[in-house]
Amino acid sequence: MIKKEDIKKLAELARIEANEEETKSLAKDIEAILGYVQQVQNVLVQDTVQKDDALINVFREDANPHESGIYTDALLSVVPERDGQYVKVKKIL
Amino acid sequence: MIALKTLTIQKVHNALVKGEYSALELAETYLAEIEKKNKELNAYLEVFADVREQAREADKKIKAGKAEILTGIPLAIKDNILIQARRASAASKILEGYVAPYDATAIKKLKKAGAIFLGRTNCDEFAMGGSTENSAYGVTKNPYDTERVAGGSSGGSGAAVAANLALAALGSDTGGSVRQPASFCGVVGFKPSYGVVSRNGLIAMGSSLDCIGPIAKTVEDAEIIFDCIRGKDSLDSTSVELKVKSEKLKVEDLKIGIPRSFVEADGINAEVLKNFNESLERLQTAGAKIVDVELPSLRYALACYYIIMPAEASANLARFDGVKYGPRVSGSNGINDYFKTRALFGKEVRRRIILGTYVLSAGYYDAYYGKALAARSLIRADFEKAFGKVDIIAVPTSPVPAWKIGEKENPLSAYLADIFTVTANIAGIPAISVPSGNTKSGLPLGLQIMAEAGSDGILLNICKSIS
Repeated sequence: MIKKEDIKKLAELARIEANEEETKSLAKDIEAILGYVQQVQNVLVQDTVQKDDALINVFREDANPHESGIYTDALLSVVPERDGQYVKVKKIL
Repeated sequence: MIALKTLTIQKVHNALVKGEYSALELAETYLAEIEKKNKELNAYLEVFADVREQAREADKKIKAGKAEILTGIPLAIKDNILIQARRASAASKILEGYVAPYDATAIKKLKKAGAIFLGRTNCDEFAMGGSTENSAYGVTKNPYDTERVAGGSSGGSGAAVAANLALAALGSDTGGSVRQPASFCGVVGFKPSYGVVSRNGLIAMGSSLDCIGPIAKTVEDAEIIFDCIRGKDSLDSTSVELKVKSEKLKVEDLKIGIPRSFVEADGINAEVLKNFNESLERLQTAGAKIVDVELPSLRYALACYYIIMPAEASANLARFDGVKYGPRVSGSNGINDYFKTRALFGKEVRRRIILGTYVLSAGYYDAYYGKALAARSLIRADFEKAFGKVDIIAVPTSPVPAWKIGEKENPLSAYLADIFTVTANIAGIPAISVPSGNTKSGLPLGLQIMAEAGSDGILLNICKSIS
């Protein structure tokens, strides 16, 4: 059973602001969805073929970086607030 | 005036090269059609202001004898695929005003081939949905019945191709978002094998499921676009080069597997089932062998999908924080900026973020996410086993035809409509929806055909020979 408090906690963790009404409707929806998806709990893990063993690491070597600064302007052009070469945010500490 | 209805990419290419009309004239014809119909259909969120300039560039290339098959071909692009210096919003308020600083790899390839981008098409917000009803910019209407949805999430792309507002389009498919709108709009939608088309520049939803794919009027057109955009890309480490050769299979040699118990489960519309069986009969008459296949784990597919997808989406969407892209809504302090900005997410996106956060949280992870991964390996293994016996597997694309706008208010009932499409994303295999006729009231239906991972070419060849 999903309680309103659970939704509030999850929303806080996910940085979602939900008012009383939305919290209530989310609790109802999530409860129904979990009611459906929990059927995966019937999957017996020992039955599964460990196919994931076949998966390979796709990360590239941490080498050959691009020339420093060539993408800086393009990337900074999309931030909501900037100060020169910095992304501007409110004081954190 | 050029008659748009019967055009295909090959026909247009021949006409352009022969000089029957120019790329500019063709683009003008599409623009006029968009002007006439888009207000009602809402397929495009934006029609690009420089379409004529793009067409003139294509005409130069054609005049110089350098035309490739896609040179001058007018395409529509889903609003979650980046084109440099153009807006992209994933149909979300949280990306309002965002201008892409780079081209998606698929776009780069299409540009190089000389294709023309007419505009960006509507979709469900962050591609989350099957009807475009979750777009922050209004629903896209079905060209066959404007009281009904065009499907989704790539509904704008599907409607644009069906209504002749583009010759073909790009969509993205995480759980059916290319195939289902194609089936609702009576056109072809192809989801390639996972990784065959680079995801670089596609706004991420579920990264282990997302694929870019073409929506087109014919299988040949879909293949032409697919051949242009595929390939390994250093900017997407999960991308792969197709290795399997595209052998030709005759219909008479074809073994088609049908997972009967899966197809005939509760919830399938009677007309859809009848149409599906009729398609199979036609294939049988043409000489194909129809075989029953058992994929027992498919019964977990939808549940598995609605755990893995929100889990990945909740992580992917953490990046929308009002710091790096799009607008920032100012709060009393830094963390409040974060909360206030994320209030720009629509209802369905918020729902999936909460759901994803739940299934990944300590205490529930093993019971949900862990089990979903286990189910995923079982489903993959089931498909591998089945493809040992048959060449392709056929199911309907959607258990229901296009529904009425506003009909599916309950989120779970909308999710259940994804039952036949999510399986291919979970298994990473290629799947295509081809038109298979209409309901009595004239709504299009689609037949979905799936093949082994990497057998994209074989799948397309089979579809060409049976359509």
